[in-house]
Amino acid sequence: MATVPLEHVLLLAAILFVMGFAGVLVRRNIIFMLISVEVMLNAAGVAFVAAGSRWGQAEGQIMFLLILTMAAAEVSVGLALILHLFWQHKTLDADTASEMRG
Amino acid sequence: MTLVFYLAAAVAAAATFMVITRLDAVHALLYLIVSLLAVALIFFVLGAPFVAALEVIIYAGAIMVLFLFAIMMLNLGGEAITQERQWLKPRMWIGPGILSAILLALLVPVVFHGKSQLATGAPVEPKQVGIVLFGPYLVAVQLAAMLLLAGLVGASHLRRREYQLEMKEDRP
Repeated sequence: MATVPLEHVLLLAAILFVMGFAGVLVRRNIIFMLISVEVMLNAAGVAFVAAGSRWGQAEGQIMFLLILTMAAAEVSVGLALILHLFWQHKTLDADTASEMRG
Repeated sequence: MTLVFYLAAAVAAAATFMVITRLDAVHALLYLIVSLLAVALIFFVLGAPFVAALEVIIYAGAIMVLFLFAIMMLNLGGEAITQERQWLKPRMWIGPGILSAILLALLVPVVFHGKSQLATGAPVEPKQVGIVLFGPYLVAVQLAAMLLLAGLVGASHLRRREYQLEMKEDRP
């Protein structure tokens, strides 16, 4: 089909991953941190699909499916926790979560 | 098709950059949807049409709508943007930017190490994916189902306790 070098796709995945990483580090708003984690997961998926496509195997796409499932479960629980945090502290500052108790 | 890949990659990278620099959460989310659609196009070019469809339907569709609903429930107004502007000073970017640049500089030689000129192969059809997914990887499908169930139970449990507390507060 297309003849894109594998390295270029992996480079794109690396760039997306690094941008998500920077987002997690720099943000204090917990919603933006969750969004950045999504970017990182998506970058990992790009790497898997590119590798699966390179060797003509279906395993890459299956790994992407598993990542997708994991992202869905993570987002549902993460957003519930964010709503909980916001309802308790009236702020989205990630630092307030340091005073958690059972 | 090669040109399509590079254009989509540029769009994805630019949109992701906008995602991590926006102050308004809804704007960031819309840019993230653009980035995900560009990545879906890349999947299609790479010969993975099934995953491209899933990226649009589940990632850009379901997960992003979930985010949007959560942001709606938080009901953040204009003061959230001014607060975000306080939190996100330009000098905040220096440390993480350097760390990320180091990480990228470490990743690039790893990616380009070894024999180059590897071209992507023939498309992998959905039928092939399905045969492998429900053959050797059946256990993974069941584990994914359990993970989703755990996510569902966790989210509903967290919200339920909160809802009961809200009801208790409203009553007197």
